[in-house]
Amino acid sequence: MEIDADKREPSSTELRSIANKKLGYKMLWIVAGSLLFAFALVPLYDVLCTITGLNGKTKSTASELSNTKVDETRWVTVQFTSSTMPGLGWNFYPKQSSIKVRPGKVETVLFEAKNITSRVVAGRAVPSVTPGAAAAHLKKLECFCFERQALNPGETKVMPLRFFVSPDIPADVKEMTLSYAFFSID
Amino acid sequence: MSTTTVAHHDEHTDHPTGIMRWLTTTNHKDIGTMYLTFSLIMFLVGGSMILGIRAELFQPGLQLMNPDFFNQLIGVHALIMIFAALMPAATGFANWMIPLQIGAPDMALPRLNNWGFWLLPPSAILLTLPFALALFGIGDGALATGWTFYPPLSIQGGIGVDFAIFAVHLLGISSVLGSINIIVTLFNMRAPGMTFMKMPMFAWGWLITAFLLIATIPVLAGAVTMLLTDRHFGTHFFDAAGGGDPIMFQHLFWFFGHPEVYILLLPVWGFIPQILQTFSRKPMYGYKAQVYSFWAIGALSVVVWAHHFFTAGLPVPALLYFMYSTMAISLPLAVLFFCWIKTMWRGSMSFETPMLFTVGWIILFGIGGLTGLVLADVAADAQYHNSYFVVAHFHYTLFAGGIMGIMAGVYYWLPKMTGHMYNEKLGQLHFWLTAISFNLTFIPQFFLGLAGMPRRIPDYALQFAEFNMISSIAAFVLGLSQLIFVYNIISTVRGGKKATDQVWEGAEGLEWTLSSPPPYHSFSEQPTVK
Amino acid sequence: MLKQAMKKIGFGLFLLLTAPLALAEYRWNFPEPVTPMALDTLHVHNKFMLIVAVIFVVVLAIMIYSLIKHRKSIGHQAVADKAPSTATEIFWTLIPFVILLVIDFVIMGIPAYHSVVMMEDTRNESDMVLKVTGSQWRWQYEYMGNTDKGSQDGLVDAKGIKFVSNLSTPQNQVDGTTPPVDTPDSPYLLDVDNRLVLPVGAKVRILMTSTDVLHNWWVPQFGSSRLAVPGFIRETWVQVDKAGTYRGQCKELCGKGHGYMPVVVDALPKEEYAAWVALKKNEINEQAAGADKEWTKDELMEQGKVVYEKNCAVCHMASGAGLPPAFPALTGSKITTSQIFDADGKYLPDSHMDRVLNGVRVMPAWKALLNDTEIAAVITYERNALGNSVGDVVQPAQVKAARQ
Repeated sequence: MEIDADKREPSSTELRSIANKKLGYKMLWIVAGSLLFAFALVPLYDVLCTITGLNGKTKSTASELSNTKVDETRWVTVQFTSSTMPGLGWNFYPKQSSIKVRPGKVETVLFEAKNITSRVVAGRAVPSVTPGAAAAHLKKLECFCFERQALNPGETKVMPLRFFVSPDIPADVKEMTLSYAFFSID
Repeated sequence: MSTTTVAHHDEHTDHPTGIMRWLTTTNHKDIGTMYLTFSLIMFLVGGSMILGIRAELFQPGLQLMNPDFFNQLIGVHALIMIFAALMPAATGFANWMIPLQIGAPDMALPRLNNWGFWLLPPSAILLTLPFALALFGIGDGALATGWTFYPPLSIQGGIGVDFAIFAVHLLGISSVLGSINIIVTLFNMRAPGMTFMKMPMFAWGWLITAFLLIATIPVLAGAVTMLLTDRHFGTHFFDAAGGGDPIMFQHLFWFFGHPEVYILLLPVWGFIPQILQTFSRKPMYGYKAQVYSFWAIGALSVVVWAHHFFTAGLPVPALLYFMYSTMAISLPLAVLFFCWIKTMWRGSMSFETPMLFTVGWIILFGIGGLTGLVLADVAADAQYHNSYFVVAHFHYTLFAGGIMGIMAGVYYWLPKMTGHMYNEKLGQLHFWLTAISFNLTFIPQFFLGLAGMPRRIPDYALQFAEFNMISSIAAFVLGLSQLIFVYNIISTVRGGKKATDQVWEGAEGLEWTLSSPPPYHSFSEQPTVK
Repeated sequence: MLKQAMKKIGFGLFLLLTAPLALAEYRWNFPEPVTPMALDTLHVHNKFMLIVAVIFVVVLAIMIYSLIKHRKSIGHQAVADKAPSTATEIFWTLIPFVILLVIDFVIMGIPAYHSVVMMEDTRNESDMVLKVTGSQWRWQYEYMGNTDKGSQDGLVDAKGIKFVSNLSTPQNQVDGTTPPVDTPDSPYLLDVDNRLVLPVGAKVRILMTSTDVLHNWWVPQFGSSRLAVPGFIRETWVQVDKAGTYRGQCKELCGKGHGYMPVVVDALPKEEYAAWVALKKNEINEQAAGADKEWTKDELMEQGKVVYEKNCAVCHMASGAGLPPAFPALTGSKITTSQIFDADGKYLPDSHMDRVLNGVRVMPAWKALLNDTEIAAVITYERNALGNSVGDVVQPAQVKAARQ
């Protein structure tokens, strides 16, 4: 360990110190990688949710009507419910509480919204399906939840939802619930 | 290389003294001492907070505080105990002992080491400042969401949440810096001849901890950053209204949070076998098996996170996967327990304070581990989840498994660090008081949980009264017993019987070849390991 | 041999520990289960606890034997393990590994699997659907109606009934000004004004959601617990097989009122349940009729005080002082003292009516929680008590008009 500070040639201690710094910087790459991973999890989680129906999330864009055969051998009951979140001065409810559908057959159900305040109020509907396993099989062709909705004071609007239940839906799902939570957006 | 030059001059001119010595030090022992002191102080701060809680829960009805203040105390207690007491204690030992154990002159990145420590005091201030601000009418107090920060509650919360988020950022940076330093030290600074498979267990435990830390702390940092932008900058990561999902926070949080448990425990699992072999006077059993178990546990710890929120509504395949993978952690743990007991088996044991703490640790940590195995069962977890059963369980793993382990380490190494023997009688008294009052505090909580008392409630139905009263009384005994510990440490630092270099009859390893206390610069001549 | 004996001792110890406890009204274990899921949970729990107790006692016994026999003070010499060959070390360390492998994935794993499947079978053969909505800090129940099976089984359809369930322990006991009073009918902190009523023997599919933060609906005797997530819907199920009153609590930290949102369920035999449904429906009709009648100010003030103390006092305080900044004061505030209706009789934006009906951020939308009379009464109360004296009266008919 006898080092002369004025020596031009790097000593073994100096060499080691350089090597240490190098390795330290390499470790920072791992840190950066896992930070990136955390933020990458946001879209990944969304994709995972949409594919697996984890958490009852459904797609937020319209599905394509593929040439699906209607499964005439079984019924699936789809139940509807709604919540209006604090701050949204609307009445909002499904016009029918549940319907029975044949998987593959396109159905239309209506929701009614009324602005009960005396100003323009905008909101966004967030859909959620339970059981989660059914979420990916509820295919929406047209939905008021794809975009924000605004109602004038006192205006009533009937909002249609066109959907079908995919025939691939697991056999044990005979009943499912679609819920809309209507949030206010300022 | 200015660092080298300074270090070089130090050897001749001696290091700066007074406050500047501590502010600017790059010496691994000084930094280790600062970490350990900080940890002890914060242990007392976090402990007093929970004594406030236990005083409130002593009997039904609100007597001392409003529910909001109660919620602030529980969350800050947890953050302080985990981030400011347990983690710095382990880092303190790493700084002190790893260079001694692997025959290195110092830590690999001494300046970084200094920064890593000095981030801690500001973050402790950030955590507790909102309490003081609230007294002056600024804000509504500290973080009141529990240490888990779950949104949307944390999005609703006041400035305490922001302070806690910044504190977590600083604490995270500090741990990452500390970890990088430890990894580099272990990779580059081992004495000639010390291969990885000859490293002391403590070094192994820390190596895996350090990797877990740099892999998971950034995920926590990311999650709380998203929370911050949700709160103030209009993002919707965790807000259903904007297409986000509050449950995603739980995934991110526990992706860090579960490995965190092993981050706290692995360093302890490192020095426990060293203490066992010292006081059993025979080499530890199954070194390789223990190292491989460490790896297995480290790997498993990052793939089991969702067992912290089984009741959040996960699909059945996910429930089954997380249940079985969680149960799988018990396999390497069983190997570790076997090795620890086999190390004692047919040894020649004596029971000085470190050994007492270690034996007590094995038993109590065993209870924590076994109840964890039961908690892995999804169906029963619906009952245990967020009840006092869980509170009791994780205090068996983190107080018994963490803090009592650290205490074993303190008694084991204190003579080496200070050059004085601690007061053995007081040490033993401290152990017995701690072990008994700990059990009396937390065993009633198992039953409270089974009977249906949820955690984090400031007041409770009368059916829970008796157990809460027992638990509160025992908690105060437990808290006050720690003053013996503090007194014992202070008087050992100030004087006492001279410790020999080997200190313990059965101690083996490089750190025991140095003088007690070791010279300011250890191993100026690097030893060679055969 | 030793292991066998140890096992027996362990088992004996376990029984010794649990026997008197089983007598003490399950205070030492889960409370008496009343649903198939809770029963199953209790069985699984008992079995697993027994297994870990045996493991614990066996290991502890071996350790204690060693601690006694292998002490230096009695002159025991350390017997070093003859540098074990890798093979023997692997063999020995694999033993605990394999034991745990069998326990985890066979002895515990198989029953655990069946329990999970049962717990998640929320829909098949269900008789009725109930929607539970958590809000800070109360539960709202909405009967969504029978399933086909329920109607076939002759279950009375309760569809359309919905109500709010608030803690009924008086505020002065909750805030600690008077000591807790506990009666068997109304235990301290575990009773509500409107209990959830369920028919005995019917499988109820429960949908869970929330309007603000996370909540968790939990009744220990039902064995089911599920998170209520704002914007999302979750489900669980209960089938109460024994008539009685069952109590539970929210178990996800949801703010300062977390300890004060109990769940109370009355499970009634089918006939009594039918009578309750009829009564409740009648009540709803009467309330609707009540909305059309003209109320005097005194009547409104009297009912308004009751409604206020039950629903509003937890945040805005009984005095109306609030807890700023989170919960604003009502005394002298702009909203409670300014004009409600415009010249046409429509309520103004950000008026008292707007805020109570529709809520904002932390303030719930009370239109979903209270009926016309209650809203009219509480607004009248807030404007003419709590230090305010605006002097006007809001009639239930005006609320009825406002919410349509």
